[in-house]
Amino acid sequence: MMNFDYSRATSLEEAATLARHPGAMLLAGGTTLLDLAKCEVARPERVIDLTRLPGLNTITVGESGATIGALATMSRVADDHGIQRRYPAIAESLLLAASAQLRNMATIGGNLLQRTRCPYFRDPAGYPACNKRDPGTGCSAIGGITRDHAVLGTSDHCIAVYPGDLAVALSALGATIQTNLRAIEIEAFFLMPGATPERETVLERGEIITAIAVPATPLAANSTYLKVRDRQSYEFAAASAAVGLELDSDGVTIRDIRVALGGIATKPWRAIAVEDALRGRRLDEGTVREASRTAVDGAKSHGGNAYKIELAPCVVARAILKAGGIQ
Amino acid sequence: MASVRPVKLDINGKEKTLSLEPRVTLLDALREHLHMTGTKKGCDQGQCGACTVHVDGQRVLACLTLAVQSEGSAITTIEGLAGPDGTPHPVQQAFIEEDAFQCGYCTPGQIMSAVACIREGRAGSDDEIREFMAGNLCRCGAYPNIVSAVRKAAEATA
Ligand SMILES: Cc1cc2nc3c(=O)[nH]c(=O)nc-3n(C[C@H](O)[C@H](O)[C@H](O)COP(=O)(O)OP(=O)(O)OC[C@H]3O[C@@H](n4cnc5c(N)ncnc54)[C@H](O)[C@@H]3O)c2cc1C
Ligand code: SF4
Ligand code: FES
Ligand code: FES
Repeated sequence: MMNFDYSRATSLEEAATLARHPGAMLLAGGTTLLDLAKCEVARPERVIDLTRLPGLNTITVGESGATIGALATMSRVADDHGIQRRYPAIAESLLLAASAQLRNMATIGGNLLQRTRCPYFRDPAGYPACNKRDPGTGCSAIGGITRDHAVLGTSDHCIAVYPGDLAVALSALGATIQTNLRAIEIEAFFLMPGATPERETVLERGEIITAIAVPATPLAANSTYLKVRDRQSYEFAAASAAVGLELDSDGVTIRDIRVALGGIATKPWRAIAVEDALRGRRLDEGTVREASRTAVDGAKSHGGNAYKIELAPCVVARAILKAGGIQ
Repeated sequence: MASVRPVKLDINGKEKTLSLEPRVTLLDALREHLHMTGTKKGCDQGQCGACTVHVDGQRVLACLTLAVQSEGSAITTIEGLAGPDGTPHPVQQAFIEEDAFQCGYCTPGQIMSAVACIREGRAGSDDEIREFMAGNLCRCGAYPNIVSAVRKAAEATA
């Protein structure tokens, strides 16, 4: 790890000013930043520690919605009874992520900004070509081992998966990211790689996430997160789905539904086609399985990741049926 | 550029002042600067749990924590777990009784993690123990005995 200067920000304004300097990086739980600094993927010249900033770790769950401070840890949010009751998909996505130790360290703001686990990205010495890490150098994954790479939202420049779980739940629940400058809807927050895979979100230099706001809706209160992976615990998703489901008073007609996928795309992936195919329809297994196939519309295999195109619709269907109390 | 600075750490109830570069992790501060080698370095990348310590009572990974970040927090390591007279902590005792290790390399991390796991109320069944101890890998595969030891210690403290 290269050496760096360290300063502990005492106010949001100070942190933002310091963070505008080229070479400066913000530090929250450090579980992404220090990991990548050790691989020399991140090379901060100055690290600005946000963790002592006052007032940024509160969790408020009210009638109209929840606000989660950016510095709240994953474990605190997962353990919050209000979140568990009104936003189960959020609590579940956090509990199924990483390990107990990491969840005690990692923050909600940092979680959204975690970087891809593409092994080529993480290994600058072994694989000099990586457009995301070093723009213009090429992509070592295309034509390489692609088992964990994306099938949706890819470009000729990068096929790396967005690895996080929480952001998938937040996409399904229509969350908004609040920064020191503005509020950004989660749909607009993450960018697809296109020709600039190094740019992953719309955040500007010096912009700091302060909180995440989630609207209280009936479908949020009846939401779930399902994660399928190579081992039962402590692993990133091979494919995952977050579903919020609201039924009519008859208990079988789908009034509203929102679906997002993880582990298969370059950003948290809203499956609007699945939602449209199911809104107003009867909740039964055949209908759900048929509609879930549209989750992978436009998917492209790179060989090793072809299985994700088969797997994802099954995960979506299971998650919808689970939210509907059928499975 | 970055220079050495004094860093004051509260480790197992004792205050230590070290001169450290900002990049020094809590793990390296413990092992290389304080020669407290009970906390192990496995992967140094947040993946194995060998470096688990408690910061303000919470289990965390010392390899992904900067020493400077821990200023002002109470740090507990495996060396601080036994009683003042050297009596092993109940979880340490359970690991011995259940033969919950082979080479012993992962053991300090397993024990620190288990103490927190029990305190968090996450050791209610074997499945729960497996899930909430998943961040601690054991290359010797002593898992069945580790689960037994955690269950035994949890039952004793219940
Ligand atoms: C072994 C391992 C397994 C993991 N498994 C999973 C998993 O299964 N699922 C999953 O979702 N995640 C997983 N993770 C990722 C983990 O959840 C993230 O590393 C963590 O959430 C990042 O949060 P942090 O606070 O530690 O971020 P940091 O490392 O402190 O920061 C990450 C990035 O965000 C920036 N940043 C932090 N806070 C802010 C802010 N408020 N405003 C603006 N920028 C900010 C930093 O500058 C940095 O670039 C795993 C990580 C490891 C090491
Ligand atoms: S997939 Fe993206 S992150 Fe991975 S090597 Fe290619 S450009 Fe880099
Ligand atoms: S040494 Fe810290 S997790 Fe492996
Ligand atoms: S006892 Fe050898 S690694 Fe666990």
